[in-house]
Amino acid sequence: MSIRALNIHKTFGNYKALDDVSLEVPEGRLVSLLGPSGSGKTTVLRILAGLEFPDPKTGATIEFHGEDVTNLSAGKRGVGFVFQHYALFKHMTIERNIGFGLRAKPRRERPGDEAIAARVKELLELVQLDGLGKRYPSELSGGQRQRIALARALASQPKVLLLDEPFGALDAKVRKDLRRWLRLFQEEIKITTVFVTHDQEEALELADEVVVMNNARIAQVGAPQDVYDNPVSPFVIEFLGNVNRFTAGVSKPSKSQATEGKSVLYVRPHDVDIRLTDENPHDYAIRSKIQHIFSAGNYARISLDRIGYNEPFEAEISREKLRQLDLKVGMIVSVVFRHIRVFAKGQFKESNVREDGQLVEVAG
Amino acid sequence: MISNTSREDTGDRPIPPTSVPKRRRERINRRVIPGFGLTMGFTLTYLTLLVLIPLSAVFIRTSGMGWDDFWKAISSPQVVSAYKVTFGVSFYAALTNAFFGFIVAWVLTRYQFPGRKLVDALVDLPFALPTAVAGIALTALYAPNGWLGQFLYPLGLETAYSTTGIFIALTFIGLPFVVRTLQPVIEVFDREVEEAGASLGASRLRVFFTIIVPALIPAMLTGFALAFARAIGEYGSVIFISGNQPMKTEIVPLVIVKFLENYNYPQATAVACVMLIASFVLLLIVNILQRWTESIGQARS
Repeated sequence: MSIRALNIHKTFGNYKALDDVSLEVPEGRLVSLLGPSGSGKTTVLRILAGLEFPDPKTGATIEFHGEDVTNLSAGKRGVGFVFQHYALFKHMTIERNIGFGLRAKPRRERPGDEAIAARVKELLELVQLDGLGKRYPSELSGGQRQRIALARALASQPKVLLLDEPFGALDAKVRKDLRRWLRLFQEEIKITTVFVTHDQEEALELADEVVVMNNARIAQVGAPQDVYDNPVSPFVIEFLGNVNRFTAGVSKPSKSQATEGKSVLYVRPHDVDIRLTDENPHDYAIRSKIQHIFSAGNYARISLDRIGYNEPFEAEISREKLRQLDLKVGMIVSVVFRHIRVFAKGQFKESNVREDGQLVEVAG
Repeated sequence: MISNTSREDTGDRPIPPTSVPKRRRERINRRVIPGFGLTMGFTLTYLTLLVLIPLSAVFIRTSGMGWDDFWKAISSPQVVSAYKVTFGVSFYAALTNAFFGFIVAWVLTRYQFPGRKLVDALVDLPFALPTAVAGIALTALYAPNGWLGQFLYPLGLETAYSTTGIFIALTFIGLPFVVRTLQPVIEVFDREVEEAGASLGASRLRVFFTIIVPALIPAMLTGFALAFARAIGEYGSVIFISGNQPMKTEIVPLVIVKFLENYNYPQATAVACVMLIASFVLLLIVNILQRWTESIGQARS
């Protein structure tokens, strides 16, 4: 079932939580709402679920598969909602928890006890927790509880699955496992899914499409790779992935833009190339001092400081290169930014620095 | 081979190879919160002086009687009828409070309305009001010629000078116990759990009865127990409104006072003994019940 939300405004008292947000989710896709806390992403999700309603008289409409559900209450929308803190019913067994939605149906639609038991068993198998049906939520780990919450949300076969920071309360290891599991799971049952997160890694890894939110508005929508590679605003580039930020006029490569007034220069750490000082010097090389080296896995993260400017920045190079160059803390090296984005006058301009020291503008 | 501790002790000075790290003299206190011995001792002394000694005096005085005398003292028809009145009416009053107190607590925590703070303060009034004042006020209201009584009596509702009157007084004094026990629990009740119920398609009523009420039952039982205990011991307000007819509207505390007034100390203490044991057992049962309901869903994590 596709989702379409148009012109959503929402205010809480004097606080504007959503300012004209429109969103479309094609059928069967996994879409992530990504943004810092307070950006309005959870409010969007709660409005889609019917737990919150858009401000009246602002022309907001919410459609599920072309059907207007704007004024339908949560229980009638047929969505499965998963809460950050699981929100399981503590005094009920896992079975009763999962079967709750089925038992709550009006008498005519309610399946019989055996049918409910069978469905519960099926769901427990689906979330790979068979055999735990007789336990209480407090006897389960956080990851298990969240899977039970998911099973409960899916019991009545909703057409839409909404997850509010589903892994936010879990530790890093469980988070990663569950994330992968959810991805496979969603591909298998092909349910239209929207999930909220403030973790960019989670959003980029999991989603078919990312909706980046900031300050009650949508900042950018697109495939994860696309949003990462072609950010439309300083907010997006700074929020997605690590990036070094320099204000214009200070850094050498941005000298050409110095006349354009205020501009900011961005370089991703993996676009920072480190060379020994005597090696092939050119115009765009910056002398910097190594402050700190940390290597884990295949990559080494190096903190540098531009000599004479007190501008700290980060580089990411392969471990092999680290060994080759034999870098040590305190060494003075020559740094070249291979790929530069300059944001000025409301748009980005991209440039590459070639091996021979030529600056080449990348066509937008 | 110099250990870290010895280096700290001697600073940067070179350490002779034979030096042994200085042994720490003070005993290490492994408790995070200090003062267990002191506070525990205080607690025991305090409870002994205030509760245990006075209560044991009741038993000691009673133990002077033989079993036959004791049995006779506690089973005279007048006393038995008083037990029935006290425990019976207290039970119904506490039950009524558990129900209506819940509604009051719910309204006070869940809704914002003008005058909420005032109503909230009003709930505590039965705590502070001298019970005799409450008794007199209620009697004035419910007496046959009182404000409310004049309408109720023609309808056949004998409010004052009957068990109904006792019931009214005991409900009045028990209300804040239920409200104050439930309020904090309702306040911290997770809204997400309710929302989960709603998004799963449950009606408001179903969410209320299958999700909210079960979660509040332990607190409700506590409130009930407190109101019940308070009602059993209530004296001041009841004696004004009950009419104190022997065998009909006499409560146990009043019976005890009557015995005392006649210098019949043995019978007074014997009945007091029964009250003590009965109250204790009842409270214990409610406590166990409460534990049990609480343990559901919160066992072993």
